[in-house]
Amino acid sequence: MTLGTRLIACLDVDGGRVVKGVKFKDLRDAGDPVSAAAAYEAQGADEIVILDVSATEQARATALDTVAAVRAVLSIPLTVGGGVRSVENARVLLTRGADRVAINTAAVASPDLITEIANEFGVQCTVVAIDAAQSSTGWNVMTNAGTRNTGIDAVQWARDAESKGAGELLLTSFDNDGTRRGYDTDLLAVVSAAVTIPVIASGGAGSPEDLAPAVDAGAAAVLVASLLHDGDNTVGDLKDAMRRSQIVVRT
Amino acid sequence: MSTVTIVPTGTANLASIAAAFDRLGWESRLSDDPDVVRTAGRLVVPGVGTFGAAMGQIDRSMLSDTIAKRIANDEPTLAICVGFQVLARSSDESPGVEGIGAIDDTVGRFSDAIQVPQLGWNEVSAPPEARFLRSGWAYFANSYRIQSPPAGWISSLSDHGSPFVAAIERGATLGCQFHPELSGPWGAEVLRRWLNQEMEVS
Repeated sequence: MTLGTRLIACLDVDGGRVVKGVKFKDLRDAGDPVSAAAAYEAQGADEIVILDVSATEQARATALDTVAAVRAVLSIPLTVGGGVRSVENARVLLTRGADRVAINTAAVASPDLITEIANEFGVQCTVVAIDAAQSSTGWNVMTNAGTRNTGIDAVQWARDAESKGAGELLLTSFDNDGTRRGYDTDLLAVVSAAVTIPVIASGGAGSPEDLAPAVDAGAAAVLVASLLHDGDNTVGDLKDAMRRSQIVVRT
Repeated sequence: MSTVTIVPTGTANLASIAAAFDRLGWESRLSDDPDVVRTAGRLVVPGVGTFGAAMGQIDRSMLSDTIAKRIANDEPTLAICVGFQVLARSSDESPGVEGIGAIDDTVGRFSDAIQVPQLGWNEVSAPPEARFLRSGWAYFANSYRIQSPPAGWISSLSDHGSPFVAAIERGATLGCQFHPELSGPWGAEVLRRWLNQEMEVS
């Protein structure tokens, strides 16, 4: 008996549709989130992440309905992020059916928000999403959906987020996101070694064989999007590839 | 449609629990009215967050004795995650806070040698005499746990660094450290067996 490595299917949602971009840009339509979430659960996904990438308030309101509609059909955990700026924002998402919330830009602007959400809803509910872009000396934290380079060192920020009460880190390589050239395993290794909480690998998976190196680098879970949305691979294919690399996954 | 009564412990993921019952054909309602809680045909004590916060909510509604009596009288009661932990006497998470005491044990933190919180799917091993549990994969999200099987209960076990109690059951009462409402079809079956318990051949 041992804790399995999670395979997380991520849906970037805008105005009620799944979209997918490259390096957070050039978004294109990738389907209906409710049917996508249900299909990934049926294929064996361990968790669903919905990232609300809406540019407008109206699309953001639609995203709340999407969370409720996905919850109605989903019997595995649902993490929701995007635009969470306050405890109240988090509460609304949990009320509509999220189990955990991911905070990014607002956490960088006000790290105490991590503590407030953790105190209110528990550390297991509090995911800090870190978008990290390579710099000359390491990795910098990007915010505002990848449009702003804060100059903050991503590894130090990971440590700070943990000490503020994060229960998990969703670590996305800005450079690799959507490129399908594999996860940034150097980034994963450094951040996983710097914290004791679980780290989710995100950004860059291009083939089933890309998952195991992320786990070997220290990730407790791997997040995939394009790899599934394009229909070339099922969750089962990805888990089979992980099993072949001696990684324990839920059957 | 039959109804499940859920005690609002303040910080729980109530939407997920209600959605899981809905899929099984059971309506759910929230109530902290002691009379409603005492007489409910099916009662759920959920909980995410901390032992102290959940117990604070239960104490404010003066429900601790009511829940303890339900369990003593074998009224169908389901306790989930922190809602399960508060059945114990106390927890290292919230020193000085008194639990419901239906389980004669205390709740401790996982060893520092293992990743905490435990987040994800772990294997549960259920004994043959278990009525509600079967062996399978369950979803956990916890930093604290009851380590040893408490006397007088049928315990199902899991392992995170060392063995811990994944679920207990006795008569009509079921306590789950994991989240059955988030444990896929396997978890739905645990809920279904508990909901439909009179219809089951025991």
